[in-house]
Amino acid sequence: MGRRDDEIRARQRQRAMVLGLILGAFVVLVFAITIAKIKGGMPH
Amino acid sequence: MNTATTASPAMPAHWRDFLALTKPRVMTLVVFTGLCGMLAAPGHIDPVLGFTAILCIALGAGAAGALNQWYESDIDGKMRRTERRPLPAGRMGRETALQFGVGLASFSVILMGLAINLAAAAILTVSILFYVLIYTVWLKRRTPQNIVIGGAAGAFPPLIGWAAATGSVAPLPLLLFALVFLWTPPHFWALALFMRTDYSAAGVPMLPVVAGERTTRTQIGLYTIPMALAALAPWALGLSGMLYGVVAAVATAVFAVLAARVAMRTTGEADTMKPEKRLFAWSILYLFIVFGAVVVDKWVA
Repeated sequence: MGRRDDEIRARQRQRAMVLGLILGAFVVLVFAITIAKIKGGMPH
Repeated sequence: MNTATTASPAMPAHWRDFLALTKPRVMTLVVFTGLCGMLAAPGHIDPVLGFTAILCIALGAGAAGALNQWYESDIDGKMRRTERRPLPAGRMGRETALQFGVGLASFSVILMGLAINLAAAAILTVSILFYVLIYTVWLKRRTPQNIVIGGAAGAFPPLIGWAAATGSVAPLPLLLFALVFLWTPPHFWALALFMRTDYSAAGVPMLPVVAGERTTRTQIGLYTIPMALAALAPWALGLSGMLYGVVAAVATAVFAVLAARVAMRTTGEADTMKPEKRLFAWSILYLFIVFGAVVVDKWVA
């Protein structure tokens, strides 16, 4: 039971880390899209 | 007795199983054809927006793959090729797969609509719904024409890529759509010929199971003809240059020879199905070559 709980916690930790990385990447992507849109909208 | 305190919680699915749910191998071809559709389009798209569009195509394809696996977990469990997928192997609950698929599909379409344009988002939506509802739910278990009509789902990415770059569609991406659409039957029926027992065991009415090997071989040969015409049409209609014409002609000729071999042969009991496997492998490489040629031709011109 204890070992299984450890396994569950380890898997939850891994999933949380991956989700964190994805969310971080998404924040960077939204920032980059915003800059690209602003650049695209600027008159030359 | 309070069972809640003694019951062990279910093991959460591994993050790699979520990745497996998106069918990454299928996704590579989808991403490549979408990228080529985008790069072949006239004008210029900001690299960040281009990357975002391709990401949305990839996520949309992944979502469609996840929803496909959610719906087909019962038949996946009966086929050797798919029995180790997360759902039939019991590593993930069906509800989790459904939530993941719907969430990913919604995310990809919304991001495409907000960051790129509504035309690309609309075609992406149609492609996901087509794959899940028309192919997976409606056709796959009902008719041997499943992959003929369902093939349209995999043909949308070049249209989406083009629409992402231009906000509209044009004859060239429509021809690329036609090429993938007509390429799908010989590609999948070659696979179905050497995976026939798998499909038969799962009760999927693929053409070799329902109509037999002879009919399937003939159909592979017949579908290769319009596919070849669709491949050469961009050059014949002046939508692409000589470079594309030569590459497409050579690659299509190789495809036609391999398809003709499959179409004309008959097999015995312990046949290793080498010509069918060769045609299947070449058909994948073929799309990479032809779509790559569309882009290189545009750069050279």
